[in-house]
Amino acid sequence: MKANPATDAPPRALQLEMYYHLRLTRALDERAQILYRQGKVIGGLFSSLGQEAISVGSAFALDKGDYVGPMIRNSGTVLVRGHSARDVMSNYLAKATSPTGGKDNSQHFGDIARTGVVSCISMLGTLVPVMAGMALGARMKGEKRVAMTYVGDGAASTGDFYEGLVFASVQKLPLVVIIENNQYAYSTPTSKQSLLKNLADKSKAFGIPGYVGDGNDVLEVYAITKKCVDDAREGRGPQLIEFKTLRMRGHAVHDDASYVPPELFEEWKKKDPIARFERKLKLSGGEKEEIGARLKATVDDAVEFAETSPAPPGENAYKGVFEDDRIVQFTPWWKRDA
Amino acid sequence: MPELTFLQAISRGIWEEMEADPTVFLMGEDIGRYGGAFKVTEGFLDRFGPGRVIETPLAEEGFVGAAIGAAYVGMRPVVEFQFIDFIACAFDQIVNFACTSRYRWGQGVPLTIRGPWGGATKAGPFHSRNVEMWFAHSPGIKVVAPSTPADAKGLIKACIRDNDPCLFLEHKSLYRRLKEDVPDQSPPIPIGKARIVREGGDLTIVTYGLMVHRCLEALAELQGLSVELIDLRTIYPLDRAAVVDSVKKTSKIMVVHEDTRTGGIAGEIAAIVNEEAFEYLDGPVVRVTAPDTPVPSAPSMEEVFLPSVKDISEAARRLAAY
Repeated sequence: MKANPATDAPPRALQLEMYYHLRLTRALDERAQILYRQGKVIGGLFSSLGQEAISVGSAFALDKGDYVGPMIRNSGTVLVRGHSARDVMSNYLAKATSPTGGKDNSQHFGDIARTGVVSCISMLGTLVPVMAGMALGARMKGEKRVAMTYVGDGAASTGDFYEGLVFASVQKLPLVVIIENNQYAYSTPTSKQSLLKNLADKSKAFGIPGYVGDGNDVLEVYAITKKCVDDAREGRGPQLIEFKTLRMRGHAVHDDASYVPPELFEEWKKKDPIARFERKLKLSGGEKEEIGARLKATVDDAVEFAETSPAPPGENAYKGVFEDDRIVQFTPWWKRDA
Repeated sequence: MPELTFLQAISRGIWEEMEADPTVFLMGEDIGRYGGAFKVTEGFLDRFGPGRVIETPLAEEGFVGAAIGAAYVGMRPVVEFQFIDFIACAFDQIVNFACTSRYRWGQGVPLTIRGPWGGATKAGPFHSRNVEMWFAHSPGIKVVAPSTPADAKGLIKACIRDNDPCLFLEHKSLYRRLKEDVPDQSPPIPIGKARIVREGGDLTIVTYGLMVHRCLEALAELQGLSVELIDLRTIYPLDRAAVVDSVKKTSKIMVVHEDTRTGGIAGEIAAIVNEEAFEYLDGPVVRVTAPDTPVPSAPSMEEVFLPSVKDISEAARRLAAY
């Protein structure tokens, strides 16, 4: 199905918020790259450079009470949903003050009650059935909430993607699944994942609508997602969207992406979502200044907060497996009093 | 007081929890009109409706994931596997997603996974497996395996009320073989507590599931030997104290399970006894287990595969005489 975005553009105030969040996502990513090179980031660092519009545009299409399951490149999504820049930075550094208290790292965190964000795991595709279940649970409680999640072009090959959408489609659940086609799963091009020209055509396997959109146009992302979220909420079942983009760095910082043809990077650099949106927005001098100041203050604060926060106490490793911590408490024979 | 089979006791336990708590619901293949492969959920669709008895597509990873999601928003899903062997198809959602959830981001998963388990039904390599140690070795899930109708009813209730993932294993060869008076509205039985089936002073036998009954048969042959028989009831968390206290009394212990040998719970129990009661031991910790093979189909081979009453009594005699 061809995209059919709503014709009315969102109000300028909302567009400015979108712009701010695009910039915030990129600024945090740039600062995290520096912290990584300084050896301060725990675990891998997975950049969202060039893909910010998909996270930001889609997250703005949700209502306050909706649920969303982001992947590691969707820090834009969690920022829009109300997680702070401090949350993002402190989790990269696995600090005691981070949303996971250092138990997990990267973009693996959330807060169902406050932001509706569900923490992802490294096994891709797993959130598709989980988000379907959240939509199911909400419906059982008589709530009109929509659940949304993302997969990459790689994760669209997983069993979880298919099994989750099979379940959601026969249950007609209000689930929106976004395929963020950034053309590479680590080093594997999409041509080795699927023979389809458009991965959105996978929707036919489930008998659900599928849409294709320009992932580097935040307003198009917003419009298509909004339509799908509205349709899902109105009882029209799961919706599948493919947004096309390009991952502008390697899989993670260690990867120089030498397998991506340089001309592809050149081509997509011209489509940079922030530069494109700026040309459309025609910011006034005052707007530029205000957003710039807000960005700098937020990012500086987040980095300082993360860097100065303490590491979690080592003994926390024993806590939180079960509701009752005593289950895993055990003093080895060689540590006991003789 | 109604007399219930093992199967009926499980069914009644789930029924009473669904009556008491509207957030409890069922998911699984063929559990609605058909009542499930073994009929554990027969009549549930009529009583609770399709909103709470959800028949799923043949997609185990999908419906376990969906159960986790529903649990995230305050529901208490009870997921049935037609045969527990198929839990392998949902392994990722269980061990990577659900088991780690509370630990990595503080979000508990009140999920019960249940299904027919174990051998002795001539069901072959894919309908007889012992899957307990796959999960006992994955921190974040409790593993429960009752051997009597009363325990089954009390423990399924405890699993459903638990705020963490629970795997409830139902020995299918006991489903219709056992009968026992089990009161209506019986209370949950705590997870993690073993049951002393019979007290004794010469030798401790630790076991669970179907093997509890084979051990009881063996005991009938072991006249003159005072055996303390312990039914673990829960594989994880293991009731270490019950095992250690008993071996301190008897000084000899053997573990019987139909699970395969390497990495079976018997090895863990041997290690616990070694660390906690070394100086009390008057003999080796003995294991009576299945061999490290898949479960064979032909009855002649399955009989060899499973620990028999004869195996158990012979091993007990040898250990007693040590």
